[in-house]
Amino acid sequence: MSKTLFDKVWDSHTVQRIENGPDVIFIDRHLVHEVTSPVAFLGLKNRGINVLYPERTFATADHNTPTINQHLPVKDKLSANQLKALEENSKAHNIPYWGLGHEKNGIVHVIGPENGITVPGATIVCGDSHTSTHGAFGAIAFGIGTSEVEMVLSTQCIMQPKAKSMRINIDGNLNLGVTPKDVALFIISKLTTSGATGYFVEYSGQVFREMSMEGRMTVCNLSIEMGARGGMIAPDEKTFEYIKGREYTPKGAAWEKAMDYWQTLYSDEDAVFDKEISFDASEIEPMITYGTNPGMGIGIQNGIPKANSVEGGNATYKKSLEYMAFNEGEAMIGKPIDFVFLGSCTNGRIEDFRAFASIIKGRKKADNVTAWLVPGSHRVEEAIKNEGILDVLHESGFELREPGCSACLAMNDDKIPAGKYAVSTSNRNFEGRQGPGSRTLLASPLVAAAAAVTGKVTDPRELMEEVIA
Amino acid sequence: MAYDKFNILKSSAVPLPIENVDTDQIIPARFLKATERKGFGDNLFRDWRYHPDNTPKEQFVLNNPIYKGKILVGGKNFGSGSSREHAAWAVYDYGFRCVVSSFFADIFRNNCLNIGVLPVQVSPEFLDKIFRAIEENPNTELEIHLPKQTITILETNESEGFAINDYKKENMLNGFDDIDYLLNIKNEIQEFAGDTPL
Repeated sequence: MSKTLFDKVWDSHTVQRIENGPDVIFIDRHLVHEVTSPVAFLGLKNRGINVLYPERTFATADHNTPTINQHLPVKDKLSANQLKALEENSKAHNIPYWGLGHEKNGIVHVIGPENGITVPGATIVCGDSHTSTHGAFGAIAFGIGTSEVEMVLSTQCIMQPKAKSMRINIDGNLNLGVTPKDVALFIISKLTTSGATGYFVEYSGQVFREMSMEGRMTVCNLSIEMGARGGMIAPDEKTFEYIKGREYTPKGAAWEKAMDYWQTLYSDEDAVFDKEISFDASEIEPMITYGTNPGMGIGIQNGIPKANSVEGGNATYKKSLEYMAFNEGEAMIGKPIDFVFLGSCTNGRIEDFRAFASIIKGRKKADNVTAWLVPGSHRVEEAIKNEGILDVLHESGFELREPGCSACLAMNDDKIPAGKYAVSTSNRNFEGRQGPGSRTLLASPLVAAAAAVTGKVTDPRELMEEVIA
Repeated sequence: MAYDKFNILKSSAVPLPIENVDTDQIIPARFLKATERKGFGDNLFRDWRYHPDNTPKEQFVLNNPIYKGKILVGGKNFGSGSSREHAAWAVYDYGFRCVVSSFFADIFRNNCLNIGVLPVQVSPEFLDKIFRAIEENPNTELEIHLPKQTITILETNESEGFAINDYKKENMLNGFDDIDYLLNIKNEIQEFAGDTPL
């Protein structure tokens, strides 16, 4: 019987199928961080059991960490306590722990691929919804709650019903200034934040084939923002090239054996999806959000939609615009902004810093803008230095911070103040997401860079064309 | 963690007719620093419920004493966003045992089922009826009958069925959790693990 990519990976990890109930799914790799794990470890302690497969488990500190002076003790007592708990739990259960200052430390979804923990055809979970990032490699990867973290620690399995399947095809060539982030924000704006709930999405077509691994990670990362359980892209030569030789990828005979499996990972030609959606690449413009969920995005040159043109939820829509202090029909271009945030598991990889640098090079940071540039990991930080990007940033008046989730969820001190506008490359523009009262405009690293040097919402193509001319 | 069994729940309900209520609203990230599952109910809907100086926002429904009960009724796409189980913990810890909506985000629904909060998905029309009934009479009682899988507005006797798979239903009725099940099939899991290619 013909199968989708998702079917192949899911079915090969099904330990047990419970009639009129969930499947028991075996998990190959489990990523753990400080915020969603302590109660799970406590559960193990209360039951008197150990982690079943520590060698399949990896721990890092990222959500609740400072992004300056990481060599000093963490000032916030509760945060320090949470970090200590993860360190102790990792030690007690023989789990590798890459804490603050460790060369492999960084955002959990950045370091997984960097270290070869993320491989095609694997099942990967983490107590974080953006685990969908790893689907870029053809893995089934999704976020889980703390009860499920406890299940995976204790039995390496979770129990979930199989999701429905959706395929999103985009063919054609992308326009100038359109990045993987714009592709994702475009899709979410079409499907809404609940449009893919209950589905696992496969991205296919020319646009994703031609996309870099970093770009694929950005797209898969944002799958959860349309409600999808996860997103994935069939592995190809680019994927194998990326993972080969990384620390945790199979070597020698094990690599050959894995390749035999990986080569089978594509949706069969006549595989049937529960839903198929297609777009043309030429429809996509550089995007920006104007509201309080990631589905509220528009092409940067467009006006904010009128409430009466938005399907249902008129009251909710108006509440959202009120929070943002925007009006229906207004243009986004030219709106003054206060902060720029470059980073997160969505756009905190080296390619994102290259894109940002390409716009700011030879320009100066606008005086009214505070910019927080946060690499996704120490490896990314190192590459920024090695490639000379740090010099470009400094020359333009920007500083680089240390790795972590930072202002994406503002658990640490990196909080956008109430009422202030931030153009952010992260993933959520919910009320207060980046700090109580903060107002977030989600966009690509190019749009963020254009805002950083002009102090307002600016179409990056204007600055790119200047460079070309 | 084991939780109280769920069978038949009769209670008035708290209405929150807003769509796309995300988990950052249910519990903001800055309250996720605990290492134990304690006290999350105090920060449920923190920024909708309190001003920055911690005084209550009087217009918010949880601060309005005429609305109370063990059932929270929310708008479409309830619980979107982050996977933080703290959101479900906050709902439970505040005293809710059931959330009713016309649509739930996946991870939030799972988290609820795993800790003993019953997510009840109803049709958009029935959700409207519930909101209207509560608006007319804040003491309106709902009956959630898990064995029969029905939700009833007791005043008008209007009723609708809801879906839950047999396995989860058994768990809720008995207060079991998935780890109990998984620990029982540990041998089978270990055998399976020996054969995996990765």
